[in-house]
Amino acid sequence: MAKTDFIIEVNHVSKQFEDGKYALNDVSLQVKKGEFVTILGPSGCGKTTLLRCIAGFQVASSGVILLKGEDVTQTPPYKRPVNTVFQKYALFPHLNVFNNVAFGLKLKKEAPETIKKKVRRALKMANLTGYEEREVDTLSGGQQQRVAIARAIVNEPEVLLLDEPLSALDLKMRHDMQIELKELHEKLGITFIYVTHDQEEALTLSDRVVVMNEGKIQQIGTPTDIYNEPQNCFVADFIGESNILSGTMIRDKRVEFCGQEFDCIDTGFGENNPVEVVIRPEDIYVWRREDEKRGKILGQEDDDYEDRVPKGKFTKWYGEVQTCIFKGVHYEMRVLTPDGYEFLIQDYHEFLPGTEVGMLVRPEDIQIMRKEHYIYNYFEGEVMKNGKVRFLEAEWDVEEKQLEGFEAGEKVQVRVKFRDIDLQDYEEEGTLSGEVHFILYKGNHYHLTIRTDEGYDLYVNTDDVWDDGDRVGIVIPKNKIRIDKITN
Amino acid sequence: MSKLVQIFSSRRTWAWPYVLFMALFVILPLILVGVYALTDIDGHFTLHNFAKFFTHSEAIQTFLYSLMIAVLNTLICLLLGYPAAYIMATADFRTPKVMAMLFILPMWINFLLRTVATVELFNMCGLPLGEGALLFGLCYDYLPFMIYPIYNTLQKMDTSLVEAAQDLGASRWQSFWKVIVPLSMPGVYSGIVMVFMPTVSTFAIAELLTHNNIKLFGSLIQDYITTTDLLNYGAVLSLVLLIIIGLTSFFGDHDAKEEGGGLV
Repeated sequence: MAKTDFIIEVNHVSKQFEDGKYALNDVSLQVKKGEFVTILGPSGCGKTTLLRCIAGFQVASSGVILLKGEDVTQTPPYKRPVNTVFQKYALFPHLNVFNNVAFGLKLKKEAPETIKKKVRRALKMANLTGYEEREVDTLSGGQQQRVAIARAIVNEPEVLLLDEPLSALDLKMRHDMQIELKELHEKLGITFIYVTHDQEEALTLSDRVVVMNEGKIQQIGTPTDIYNEPQNCFVADFIGESNILSGTMIRDKRVEFCGQEFDCIDTGFGENNPVEVVIRPEDIYVWRREDEKRGKILGQEDDDYEDRVPKGKFTKWYGEVQTCIFKGVHYEMRVLTPDGYEFLIQDYHEFLPGTEVGMLVRPEDIQIMRKEHYIYNYFEGEVMKNGKVRFLEAEWDVEEKQLEGFEAGEKVQVRVKFRDIDLQDYEEEGTLSGEVHFILYKGNHYHLTIRTDEGYDLYVNTDDVWDDGDRVGIVIPKNKIRIDKITN
Repeated sequence: MSKLVQIFSSRRTWAWPYVLFMALFVILPLILVGVYALTDIDGHFTLHNFAKFFTHSEAIQTFLYSLMIAVLNTLICLLLGYPAAYIMATADFRTPKVMAMLFILPMWINFLLRTVATVELFNMCGLPLGEGALLFGLCYDYLPFMIYPIYNTLQKMDTSLVEAAQDLGASRWQSFWKVIVPLSMPGVYSGIVMVFMPTVSTFAIAELLTHNNIKLFGSLIQDYITTTDLLNYGAVLSLVLLIIIGLTSFFGDHDAKEEGGGLV
């Protein structure tokens, strides 16, 4: 047996379903003993499949899963040293609380005295002392949840798997259970793997968060890392609120966006390279412009803007408050700049719509991400005999001059600007039809990912508002398609 | 006019036809059976008919034999029906529909026709009619009534319960006996009641499949009731059967309603 620091190792695991779709696509993850790891993602991202592969209810199509250095990829669930808390509890309705919790111990043929002692201890841990004789269907949701937890921990597993265990509880209950789970984790000292779609839950509970989307791991990191340094647009958008803007990295520690240059702390993005800029709404300082001009008080006592706003040579920019909503602890505002960029800002002070405000952000609060794709969609294409070009499994009209120097049957590279793709309300009006798959608001326009019915992704920049899941017709004007030789 | 509307829109009004039907064809006959059982041929009150049953060895033997046949048939149906229901409930794709169809298909044909056909089948194959043929025929007729309630409970069962059992260390075999079987008991109870009750009182199948050589309790009752001067004794036998059936349905009742193990 190979010695390893990791209790669970998931190596290049993929799970393909019968329809050919990947629930997991080359997922790798290492979990240390005693860690609290949360797998976070929207529904259908593969997080539950990953958990079920670790538990043994599903077998990976490829890849290896190691438990304590031992290959368990094909091991049936009852032989694995892990226990699961199921989403809908899955308590046995024909057994009372005691027998539900004792189920695993009885299978191991432990002595009745030991069983009694262990069950009592597990119930105490789950704050359920005195409920031994109750039938499970007479318990509330929260109590059933506790029975499910007690039933799992009584077997002293090395890893506890929790599949959205709190999703069926109401908000107040959920918060209480979060605290209890965290305490339980500390008391037991075993590894927890926790699946949820609730980002707040993930950030509060975990030592490390694994963000998943479309069967792939997007980012692994501590809650602070995930929140402050998202690695791509999906993570930035999924975790918390954020302003995501297109920018240019002028040189190390200097970035340009929304028409101005800013100092930042990121390096290694090259010079004059396009990047994505993420600014959290609570990181933007905001003040009334007239107060700045007069250098005066903000309205509240001794709340001088000079005190509140960091001093130094920061780049400032200005805009007008569009909306202002009270959110309990803070106000949430949308501010529009004269160049048409919209910023989401959270502040403890109220700035009424119509107020001219100044804004600044500290260099360390500007998060720079590499742009995964920019300006152009690239497709593989083929020149047809009829003077059309075939790509995305459809035939498209192109300008004749584009085809000069190409022969029929030749493979070519096709590129189309994000801006140049038109989306139609009625899918019949497009050459292709597809669905709005992901929406990102970039301050002054929307960046959409459209998935065609054939399963291809294309990126579209538009000023129009679309909803997730909208059916669209895809049109690319003849004169916007560029044909290039394939270069390697 | 509005009063008329009120009468016709009341739910109570629409229950009346059924109540009338029940009174005429269920309650009244039951009272008649009771009255006949407690009177002699001239209409005088007597307990003689009951006394006769307890000393009448032929009737008691037939009664016990019928009970045994019914228990045996119920057992065979359970042993054949449970695995069939389990396979139907756990199979993927279109298999359950095809299988359900195969089990339902014989029920489209009247059971007397089916029994006559069974007789012909036995003759054609040169098999003797008798006890074996009787059990075959009973099983053939009542198996669907065992499969359906069990299939229903199994199909509604939450698969995560089986996963939970396996997760807690139960092998497939253990999770079957410790989770699936106990949770399907309501269906098993309804199945037992639905097979046992009609078999214990059956007579046509027995007559056809044994050439009248084996007499079941149902046939005995029929014999006495159709003989006018022994009608009162026949009524007593009917009451005995009714009590037995009543007891069985009571046994199935308290569990069957929990999980909706009924036929439909």
